[in-house]
Amino acid sequence: MAVADKYEMVCGLEVHVELQTKTKIFCGCTTEFGGEQNTHVCPVCLGMPGALPVLNREVVNYAIKAGLALESEIAQFSKFDRKNYFYPDLSKNYQTSQFDLPICIKGGLEIEAEGEKKWIGITRAHMEEDAGKLVHSGETISTSNESSVDYNRAGVPLLEIVSEPDMRTIPEVLAYLEKLVQILEYTEVSDCRLEQGSVRFDVNVSLRPIGATSLGTRTETKNLNSFSSVRRCMEYEIARQARVLDAGENVVQETRTWDEGQGITLTLRSKEEAHDYRYFPEPDLAPLIIDREWVEKIRKTLPELPAARRTRLQALGLSAYDATVITQAKAMADFFDEALASYGDAKTLANWIMGDVTRLLNTNQCRVADSPISAKQLAELLALIDKGTLSGKIAKSVLEEMYSTGKDPSIIVKEKGLAQISDEGALLGIIDSVIAANPQSVEDYRAGKDRAIGFLVGQIMKATKGQANPGLVNQLLKEKLS
Amino acid sequence: MTISREDVEYVAALARLELTEQETQEYTEQLNSILGYAAMLERLDTDGVVPTAHAVPLHNVLREDQVSPSIPQEKALQNAPDADEGFFRVPKISLT
Repeated sequence: MAVADKYEMVCGLEVHVELQTKTKIFCGCTTEFGGEQNTHVCPVCLGMPGALPVLNREVVNYAIKAGLALESEIAQFSKFDRKNYFYPDLSKNYQTSQFDLPICIKGGLEIEAEGEKKWIGITRAHMEEDAGKLVHSGETISTSNESSVDYNRAGVPLLEIVSEPDMRTIPEVLAYLEKLVQILEYTEVSDCRLEQGSVRFDVNVSLRPIGATSLGTRTETKNLNSFSSVRRCMEYEIARQARVLDAGENVVQETRTWDEGQGITLTLRSKEEAHDYRYFPEPDLAPLIIDREWVEKIRKTLPELPAARRTRLQALGLSAYDATVITQAKAMADFFDEALASYGDAKTLANWIMGDVTRLLNTNQCRVADSPISAKQLAELLALIDKGTLSGKIAKSVLEEMYSTGKDPSIIVKEKGLAQISDEGALLGIIDSVIAANPQSVEDYRAGKDRAIGFLVGQIMKATKGQANPGLVNQLLKEKLS
Repeated sequence: MTISREDVEYVAALARLELTEQETQEYTEQLNSILGYAAMLERLDTDGVVPTAHAVPLHNVLREDQVSPSIPQEKALQNAPDADEGFFRVPKISLT
């Protein structure tokens, strides 16, 4: 019997997202990525005795902004707490976080998975500091005799977003993560660079017999950094827990770690006491009072969010699919809107962006934001097609030229003499010679074989290196042959 | 509320403290005495009183997001018991 016929999976997620401030959450050290080890540090983030933290205002602004985008309430009163545990990546032996009074409460977002829409609740989101980075001398922690610590990342601001245990399938989990990252990217509170560790996921999974109403015992797998790791980790963990339950045993509530190389999860912390963080209010930081005025000021900075933007594009005539693809990433949607400002045919524009422009960017592994073709230049190119200056086919090669040179399409057309031949006089001469050279096709056409005209048009296009205006060629040819 | 020996042993383990038999005994008594004294507060009627989040009546102490100089690497590592190539070096990490 398949696992899915026997057990229902229940999943909740904790997502840690790095906020893109210039400085750390409690000190003025830079958050810049890269930097030589232990050079972006000071007495505060190194946890020196007597050093006092001061909260970065921008962290609060970003947390409010993300909270609003995730339809959360912004707490009027919130505070920081100390989460106590020993681990060498923690310079102070506690992490400054928020425990019982987080800044964002009760939000959520709508996902679509396997054709079904579903609301996934967000329990809370809170501000906290990141830990330092450990480098182990051996292959893994347990085979290393010593480890090296770099505190450059210690104190980088994070927003931890905790979902309700509302997800029941892996596609739902992936849809939630994609949607969440998309919203965060739109609000620009984070650069959301997964490959640099800007977003990390903790996955809580439990199984229960189909039909059961109480939750089974869960495990938490920490620190996954890609959607594919989340998917593989869940597949493994579901199968593992099912085997435990099938054998009549109990799943142990524990923290696990994902081994990417082996594709398995392993016990990280199992001792009961390791989960006792002895939270208490952070005496070194004053509480936070956020009034309506502050919240409304941030609300005004919210961009048009993906769902609203998709609806707007559909109203312009785009299909649901096209609107979804265009709004997937904010940079792409911005590119579309900018081009739309000077080229009004939304559908044609979308086709070009999703087709040739995307293909060029992908081939060159270039991000939309760094595209050498500007939105304005693309709009200009499409206008040249509409005016009859360029055929669609030649426009594609002009686009490639634009990509490699960054030049305006009108300049490329001029330099390369690519303009479409729409001059009747010039075309008539060519048509005459093609007719003269192909008497059999002419006869076939006159005998009622309509297909023969296609061959003649092809010959004319060939003679003009594709530059003849195809509509005009058709019209003139028919006149000649009738 | 009374503090048992087990409570003291548990808290000591969390704090990575190794206590002798005599110390465990001593701390159990002392903690009971301290918490017993503080328990007087439980006699107060606190209905409708908002929990105190901070002892000082301050809020929104914030700084602007402006970079200030960090300290040099050698200063950062100056008090480290062990360091190597700019890293703090720590002994084997035990996970359980």
